[in-house]
Amino acid sequence: MNHVRIPGVLVVLAASVALIGCGKKEEPKAAAPAPAPAAAAPAPKPEMVVKIGHVAPLTGPIAHLGKDNENGARLAVEDANAKKLEIDGKVVKFELLGEDDQADPKTGTVVAQKLVDAKVAGVVGHLNSGTTIPASAIYNQAGLPQISPSATNPKYTQQGFNTTFRVMANDIQQGSVVGSYAVKDMGAKKVAIIDDRTAYGQGLADEVEKAAKAGGATIVAREFTNDKATDFKAILTKIKAKNPDVIFLGGMDAVGGPMLKQIKELGIKAKFTTGDGGCSPELIKLAGPASEGVICTQAGLPVDKLPNGQKFVEDFTKKYGQIQIYSPYSYDAVMVLVDAMKRANSADPVKYLPEVGKTSYDGVTGKVEFDEKGDIKNGAITVFEIKDGKLVTLKSEGGTAGAAAAPEAKK
Amino acid sequence: MDTLLQQLINGLTLGAVYALVALGYTMVYGIIGLINFAHGEVVMIGTMVAFTVIVFLAGSGMPPLVILGIGLLVAVAACMVLGWALERIAYRPLRHAPRLTPLITAIGMSIVLQNVAMIIWGRNYITFPPMIHKEIYELGGASFTNVQVAIVCLAALVMLGLTYLVQRTRIGMAMRATAENQQVALLMGVDINRVIAMAFVIGSALGALAGCMVGSYYEIAHYQMGFMLGLKAFTAAVLGGIGNMAGAMAGGLLLGVIEALGAGYIGDLTGDFLGSHYQDIFAFIVLIIVLMFRPSGLFGERTGDRA
Amino acid sequence: MNGQRRRIPLWQGHWLGLVLLAATLFAVPFVAALGGQAWVRIANFAILYVFLALGLNIVVGYAGLLDLGYVAFYAVGAYAYALLASPHFGIHLPFWVILPFGAGLACFFGVVLGAPTLKLRGDYLAIVTLGFGEIIRIFMNNLNAPINITNGAQGITLIDPIRIGDFSFSQTSTIFGVTLSGPQKYYFLLVALAILVIMVNMRLQDSRIGRAWQAIREDEVAAKACGINTRNIKLLAFAMGASFGGIAGGVFAAMQGFVSPESFSLMESITILSMVVLGGMGHIPGVILGAVLLTGLPEALRYGIEPLQKAAFGRMIIDPESLRMLVFGLALVLVMRFRPAGLWPSSLRRRELSETTD
Repeated sequence: MNHVRIPGVLVVLAASVALIGCGKKEEPKAAAPAPAPAAAAPAPKPEMVVKIGHVAPLTGPIAHLGKDNENGARLAVEDANAKKLEIDGKVVKFELLGEDDQADPKTGTVVAQKLVDAKVAGVVGHLNSGTTIPASAIYNQAGLPQISPSATNPKYTQQGFNTTFRVMANDIQQGSVVGSYAVKDMGAKKVAIIDDRTAYGQGLADEVEKAAKAGGATIVAREFTNDKATDFKAILTKIKAKNPDVIFLGGMDAVGGPMLKQIKELGIKAKFTTGDGGCSPELIKLAGPASEGVICTQAGLPVDKLPNGQKFVEDFTKKYGQIQIYSPYSYDAVMVLVDAMKRANSADPVKYLPEVGKTSYDGVTGKVEFDEKGDIKNGAITVFEIKDGKLVTLKSEGGTAGAAAAPEAKK
Repeated sequence: MDTLLQQLINGLTLGAVYALVALGYTMVYGIIGLINFAHGEVVMIGTMVAFTVIVFLAGSGMPPLVILGIGLLVAVAACMVLGWALERIAYRPLRHAPRLTPLITAIGMSIVLQNVAMIIWGRNYITFPPMIHKEIYELGGASFTNVQVAIVCLAALVMLGLTYLVQRTRIGMAMRATAENQQVALLMGVDINRVIAMAFVIGSALGALAGCMVGSYYEIAHYQMGFMLGLKAFTAAVLGGIGNMAGAMAGGLLLGVIEALGAGYIGDLTGDFLGSHYQDIFAFIVLIIVLMFRPSGLFGERTGDRA
Repeated sequence: MNGQRRRIPLWQGHWLGLVLLAATLFAVPFVAALGGQAWVRIANFAILYVFLALGLNIVVGYAGLLDLGYVAFYAVGAYAYALLASPHFGIHLPFWVILPFGAGLACFFGVVLGAPTLKLRGDYLAIVTLGFGEIIRIFMNNLNAPINITNGAQGITLIDPIRIGDFSFSQTSTIFGVTLSGPQKYYFLLVALAILVIMVNMRLQDSRIGRAWQAIREDEVAAKACGINTRNIKLLAFAMGASFGGIAGGVFAAMQGFVSPESFSLMESITILSMVVLGGMGHIPGVILGAVLLTGLPEALRYGIEPLQKAAFGRMIIDPESLRMLVFGLALVLVMRFRPAGLWPSSLRRRELSETTD
């Protein structure tokens, strides 16, 4: 019996080696087209394949947002290909490598490494701050530019990496706009704040609290839920007793939808406000008539007000259906990478990385320019109200509000 | 005072749903001593099937209540089949396997069901069409809806019916006999396989019912909704004493009320050190305290070592 | 019974096997690197899970205590490392101080959480440990106010890598003419730790304590009657399992450079338990196999699903990500269906199983 044991262990190891071996065999196949374009050049114009990585959770509780991000990036890649860009004298064919990180930090680093191995030219992602941050160290070591379309944790760009960028306003920028809007424009004296205890919700709610306090309002209740909850009556009942003028939710539309209905059922009169996570057509779908009068904000300028934006909305809806939340940002993130490659006339990360930082691009979410950390500069924030089942723009705040006219004027 | 009343109403509605799901766990556990970890997913499938049927029939011009009824019936039927299949595929072959083996198959089945649901119904949140027009009633400063009343009443009816089934009918007697001692029951001529399959089927039907309630109460569905719900209901079942039906009902209601009161008052009681962000752990803390003093739950009998 | 129990430890008398094993273990990171560094990272996580699964094996496999909250100790270890070696508090202690400290802290938690559960049995124990696991996670998620300890859901960034002098494990460097990447260096560290935990597991298995655990697993009342101090012995199982979890957590934090509560969900506990049961509870090679398979399978499917589907149907029918987890779930069911005692159960267990007529 003892003799059986040792070979047994070896069989396992052999099997795992074989497993790894399989990966090895497969790898060259996948990687082959990227570095060797010269061999296959029968046509007059040589082609070059540039791979762009995209990572988001495609399975698990927020898979719907992950797929939305990926679709946005996919559309961008198709649009970029349709333009038949030339870099270094070759026609570029962009290819999107979409990976699933399951919103798990550990899987996030494995897929990040996989993309580095596959020699992508740049990465768009990840969706959550929790996966974006550990992965950013790997991209940084490989010198790959990484643009997150949705991770709002300020720490992402504060790690001292020159490869981290984001096309989405961070919590501080957005929270201060919502908070001051509630106090100044809506005249709220008493504010109740709810957050969903995710990195996003917590960060945003903290900033709103600061801004509302600074504006002279009192925070009468600070309540919490989680991103998987559907029953909010207990905390809402508590809030009702405090009689606030405005309720702010730092959380996603899947939380906001049922919450709005329950607010109505409990007969709460306070106005409901939320950030970009809940500022979506999905919220209107989930809350139905209860969403009337909701005030919410989105980072960037209103998509349908921008010349590129309208086309994006049309193309996206035709192809993939309803926009969830962040697909316009992942679209822009891909376009920013493409734009930087074009300016550097190279798809080599070493050569075009400095160009990413110098980006000045009119995207579907507004003008994209980065500050020295890689955060979007003067990210505009737009305030919406839901009227007759539609998001109606109330106003835009932030530095690019003035610049918004510029691209329109140019056209 | 009106706030307390409102919190009690909130808790009772939530608790009624927990209780129904908990019954599914406890029926299976009571008979074969197995935690059917995939039960939460059965509830989710129930919601999803009802959703599909209701959406399909919504344009047919039938009265909404009839559509809801048909949706409910189809969901119950589908879940019964699912429960039966689960037992046949994942549990029956393992009845004599080590105790943890069926636990892993259950986890496997729940991953499978979740992903199948994701493939069929997609990743997005689904709006469960509101078939009942919500009326809001006021009582002593607290408000509640007709849906809540319906949920509590329906849950009570089901529990009464189930008690009747277990206590008064032949199959109920066979179930109790099997739970007491499988071998003896077998010798007495009880078809054990049938009884165990029945436990799964009935448990799943209750799950489907609970799924429809959750769907029409919150008007939202998602392929991952079963996990948390199942976990809470399982906690409720253990709190009451797993394997004991009255225990599951009491445990469910108690859990719902604890959660509502916990979220509502603990922040004030502890000077905002523990707030509603700890809502999900009140249930566990109460559970741990109860089990420290009554290791078999509130209603559980002292049983021998099952481990 | 007695004759069967006496077995020669693995490392005695099998020199050839041992040398081959060592050579294979040594070759893995280099062979894997041919397929890309991602495979080295996967191998690292596989070993980290071997580590965790063997820790849990002490509690579940040896002592028979069904623990569904094992990830709590992993979290304690990870946070201990993160807080003591990051700019969060500005403390930067070396790893050889923090890892033992993390293990000790996790051990303390193991005893504290184990104590109230001593009277509980089977499934009651399972739900209470599950509760503890969730309680720890929720506290990690919320302890950013009133005093910011864990930084809440945002997690802790810029955690120091394991460093010996100037030799940092996270950077690529050249030793004796061989270039080693960060993940490859961690691989060797992890293998060393894993060998340590395997040795402890093996020594425990046939020790007095190991036999006491087994006695409790089989029949607690009888064990007590035989004069075994069941309370202390059970607590010891919790404490030992927890310490291993704590060390694994510390290594995880150093390797990732970032921790946040989402890494320590209930699903993680369930995954580790699945590794133990799927491989073969209480049997060290089985548990190792379980951990390697369950870490490797989802990743292998990542590469395999697409070509497989194309080969079977000629085109992509279902998007590969949905199918990946589906296949994973099915594999769990099928393995348990056809090998109820696990893929590689101990001979003793197998015999028990075939004898049970129940």
